[in-house]
Amino acid sequence: MNKNTTYTQAIKQSIYQEMSTDNSVIVMGIGVEDHKGIYGTTLGLKEKFGSERVIDTPLAEDGMTGIAIGAALAGIKPIHIHIRMDFVLLAMNQLINVAAKSSYMFGGNVSVPIVVRCFIGRSWGQGPQHSQALHSFFMHIPGLKVVMPSTPYDAKGLLTQSIRDSNPVIFIEHRLLANTTSDVPEKNFSIPFGKCRVLKKGNDLTVVAVSHMVLESLRACEHLNKSGINVELIDPRTLNPLDSITIINSVKKTKNLLIIDNGWLTAGFSAEIIAKVIESVGNNNINIQRMGFQQVTCPTTPSLEEYFYPNTRTIFEAAFKMIKKENPKIELINQISPNIESLEFKGPF
Amino acid sequence: MANNSKKETFLKSMLRIRLLEEKIIELYPSDKIKSPVHLSIGQESVATAVCEALNNEDVVFATYRSHHVYLAKGGNINSMMAELFGKVTGCAEGKGGSMHLIDIDAGIVGTSAVVGTTVANAVGYALASKIKQQNKIIIVFFGDGAMDEGVMHESLNFAALKKLPIIFICENNKYAVHSHIRSRRVNQNFCDQVKTYGIDTKTLDGNNVFDIYNNIKISKKNILNKGYNPLFLEIMTYRWKEHVGIEEDFDAGYRDKKELKEWNHNDPIKKLSEQIKKTQLKNIESEIKKELEDAINFAEESPFPNESHLMKDIFSE
Repeated sequence: MNKNTTYTQAIKQSIYQEMSTDNSVIVMGIGVEDHKGIYGTTLGLKEKFGSERVIDTPLAEDGMTGIAIGAALAGIKPIHIHIRMDFVLLAMNQLINVAAKSSYMFGGNVSVPIVVRCFIGRSWGQGPQHSQALHSFFMHIPGLKVVMPSTPYDAKGLLTQSIRDSNPVIFIEHRLLANTTSDVPEKNFSIPFGKCRVLKKGNDLTVVAVSHMVLESLRACEHLNKSGINVELIDPRTLNPLDSITIINSVKKTKNLLIIDNGWLTAGFSAEIIAKVIESVGNNNINIQRMGFQQVTCPTTPSLEEYFYPNTRTIFEAAFKMIKKENPKIELINQISPNIESLEFKGPF
Repeated sequence: MANNSKKETFLKSMLRIRLLEEKIIELYPSDKIKSPVHLSIGQESVATAVCEALNNEDVVFATYRSHHVYLAKGGNINSMMAELFGKVTGCAEGKGGSMHLIDIDAGIVGTSAVVGTTVANAVGYALASKIKQQNKIIIVFFGDGAMDEGVMHESLNFAALKKLPIIFICENNKYAVHSHIRSRRVNQNFCDQVKTYGIDTKTLDGNNVFDIYNNIKISKKNILNKGYNPLFLEIMTYRWKEHVGIEEDFDAGYRDKKELKEWNHNDPIKKLSEQIKKTQLKNIESEIKKELEDAINFAEESPFPNESHLMKDIFSE
């Protein structure tokens, strides 16, 4: 076990180890072999595995996704990297019309084992086209797996699982998680899809959060705990397949559900979770609330961006109100320092 | 000049496609074929000429208009017919239909309803083949409409950049659905454009099957053994029927029947039929007809997939 492994190091370890044990794994994308190496996650790979397996690509997201799919049809396992999730929009035709459908529309005759790694940005002026979180888009499509880890441990284990999976996997990282740390085994390991991580056990309130919002929620939980509110904090980790059982069982216990999405709410992940819960347990006096991006394009200036995202304070406030049926005292809120990673973040982008 | 046995082989391949398409036209009003059909009548020669120059291990990708490629490359005819009928014994268990034919064993890896998509997939397959040091050529068939798509140009660029073992076959029938090429682009010289990517190009007459065949044969060798650039062949051809469906559509006004007459006149199936003995032709025809009857019987007798198939193969295990 390696204490203080960063999210970036965990990702790098997974790729390095999988490429070492499986010759068919390749890495491709814009900038994968440059001096920055996708925040360091691909540094050194070209020297170790050669430029045939570490491919810096032209700026052609759609074409290169189609090429990754074609290589996958021939038994190669490409990891295709996009430095921002916004750029994946250029590849939607290949991802949705080809990758997601090939196994089914060809009657199980082919498989498409590709991993699409992409990053959600936040703060220091990421703005309208560097900050989008589109996991809900991909959840909607049969045939795609959607993975969104929040800790270095999960990042390593789930990326390894993604590479080994014989289907297209959208693997979503968050820029502000890159320098976060946790204990991560040096040896390679995989985490099965479709299992939530329960970060905190509690009886009062179920909080379901994804990606960077897990961190914001975790901090809010500490403050809620001081106010006598015991939160059960759940990170689904994989959105497709989704472990709704763990969430449903928790809500049955707490009767209170607060969802903190790292994305827009309308027709999104949070709506899906609520639907799953209601379908299963009915509306048996369960309090439900959700938070996420404001339903607007992400502004660049920090003075507006501050209001765009949920943060530790707003999550605390919402949870407090749900359980105590009153607003928390202002002193309680003022004790909380907001947005630790985003205040510190100034790149690299 | 091609010898008699070669002529017979080519004729048989083309005639098989023509008769299959005509059988589809005959059957279609019965609603037994539960799929839109984009018939390849008029374009048989392109698929035959290209595929005759390939080995079983060589791989083809094609489009929603692929009945000709599927048959010419050796796709299983029973599985194809069953697929058109929506039966579980179809090559995609009835889930794909006419636009998604596949036969991995015959090297037919993918076809698509979305114009241009398989071009990138074919380039990726060629990349994999190069990484794995396999000695096979990858062929991708597409129409002139695909030349309008961005992915086409992204794919050509990458294939040239990595010198991949691929031959691009542009079946230029001059129409994308109902739009003539001149209404879609200022520069209609594809070869001039494609050359700038670092790809070798040539325009060939789609009716000249032996010329196409020879070009593929030689280029395959040059690409695989001598490290030549990928090749782009623009093959001039003509779609005799409507874009989708079994009818002619010259009364719609977007094209002139004079065009068809010219292509009818130079039809290589007609020409080669005249060059071989009548008895031989009869034998070929009756052999094909028997095969078609068998395929239709197979499709008719096969069951439809049942409800348990609905959720199968969303993911690969």
